[in-house]
Amino acid sequence: MFRNQYDTDVTTWSPAGRLFQVEYAMEAVKQGSAAIGLRSKSHVVLACVNKSSSELSSHQKKIFKVDDHIGVAISGLTADGRVLSRHMRNECINYFYSYESQLPVGRLVVQLADKAQVCTQRSWKRPYGVGLLVGGLDESGAHLYYNCPSGNYFEYQAFAIGSSVTGCKDILRAQDALFALRETLQGEKLTSSTCTIAVVGVGEAFHVLDQETVQALINEFEIAGEEAPADEAAAPDQAGDSESGATAADQLLQWTIPQQPHLSLQEPVNWPRTLLLHACFHGFLGTKKRAALVLHCKAPSINRERQPEE
Amino acid sequence: MNSVDSKPATSSLIGSEADSQRTLYPYVTGTSVVGIKYKDGILLAADMGGSYGSTLRYKSVERLKPVGKHSLIGGSGEISDFQEIMRYLDDLILSDNMWDDGNSLGPKEVHNYLTRIMYNRRNKFNPLWNSLVLGGVKNGQKYLGTVNMIGVHYEDNHVATGFGNHLARPLLRDEWHENLTFEEGVILLEKCMRVLLYRDRSAVNKLQIAKITEEGVTISPPYALKTFWNFSAFENPTLGAEGSW
Repeated sequence: MFRNQYDTDVTTWSPAGRLFQVEYAMEAVKQGSAAIGLRSKSHVVLACVNKSSSELSSHQKKIFKVDDHIGVAISGLTADGRVLSRHMRNECINYFYSYESQLPVGRLVVQLADKAQVCTQRSWKRPYGVGLLVGGLDESGAHLYYNCPSGNYFEYQAFAIGSSVTGCKDILRAQDALFALRETLQGEKLTSSTCTIAVVGVGEAFHVLDQETVQALINEFEIAGEEAPADEAAAPDQAGDSESGATAADQLLQWTIPQQPHLSLQEPVNWPRTLLLHACFHGFLGTKKRAALVLHCKAPSINRERQPEE
Repeated sequence: MNSVDSKPATSSLIGSEADSQRTLYPYVTGTSVVGIKYKDGILLAADMGGSYGSTLRYKSVERLKPVGKHSLIGGSGEISDFQEIMRYLDDLILSDNMWDDGNSLGPKEVHNYLTRIMYNRRNKFNPLWNSLVLGGVKNGQKYLGTVNMIGVHYEDNHVATGFGNHLARPLLRDEWHENLTFEEGVILLEKCMRVLLYRDRSAVNKLQIAKITEEGVTISPPYALKTFWNFSAFENPTLGAEGSW
């Protein structure tokens, strides 16, 4: 994208019918560090890469718990993300106060999208520079949504935002590719210190997995992946599942062999929690590697806009 | 600047001109509402009377109303306030429907919403002079609750308002059990309503029974209860009386 005479403020249309400021805001999202979300019928997993400015500093918080049943992973201007998370928390609390029940995820994302839209239509404002992956559970099941600075939102089976995600999105898309992908992945350095993972599911409130748990998962994932574990040590499998590494490997194999031709929004996959987390790792590794597969999600009919460019 | 002569500080809420903005006492009132959970859902009963003080003025007041897809409300107390509450609920359900997503407010949510309204009004010294029963079924879960003008709210397997608390609840405590059939439920409710008819001066003999299940709401057309006056003491009233005065 190059500078042009129509990009000074958000309230100026270009002759081609574009709002450049909004598109620039979406660029900011693409420059942020990666965040991935996946969902199954009963769980949603959010993961993001930890980026810190130096070895001595702490990393930026990119995953926020919004309520017991909703969490969000952000990419882009983290300050904007923090502010929006606070707004979302408020909305959830207020809903609970009036109705003593949890705000349905779909309504939260619409409110968020409407808030973002306002910033695209006021000359004294600028669009939010953050993309949000909202994962949550409500009466109608597990949901993963992507909210973008333009004020659009989409529901996904799996999605990734931030830098170097083209490869990752590809992986997440083609399920039979998962198997092939495993072969192409070389021991990339994925440790518990470079990523943050959070889960929400049926009977499981939204929470960020602690370092040990994540490391355990990584190790199990690597054993299952039959890759030379040249990386750090690993811990046993995490909370709840007590399988040996071998069984987990079998399971992973079983699932990566094409069960469904594509991930469909209409029929969410009934993946067990562990596998969802493993698939996340695949996705992660994909952010560092370029894979030849392409991921795409079928858009649900609730989308009112065209697909985002991928 | 004589501080002795200056008017004492009064809150504008307690001044006399502000009284026109507050409910001080009710005018046209409905009497008890009784509700029970049964096998398939909830049953509510209420008569159709609107009393103007001690006069039984209006005899076709519908005090049981559906709310959205999943709930039923029964109101006792000031009828105009009940109508106002229905307006609030209609707006609430409308907004809920306008989202046009798969979600809908269930009876628990409506009950809580009403509780917030009632309590809020009470805190402003301007209550909605009602006691409400809110029942419904959503996703197989039955819900029955009540909330009154001071914001007191609770859920139970059987609830009642006003005189129903004193006359109907004891009967229900003895005879209610899980998995009543519809017929058993109606018989039990009619028993309660009959006692209320005998003993509550504001009761009229024209009632409706409303049912809500997963399938939907049905409110019966108005009908009257049979009453029984053949007590020996009534047949021979002067037996045992001495002389005449």
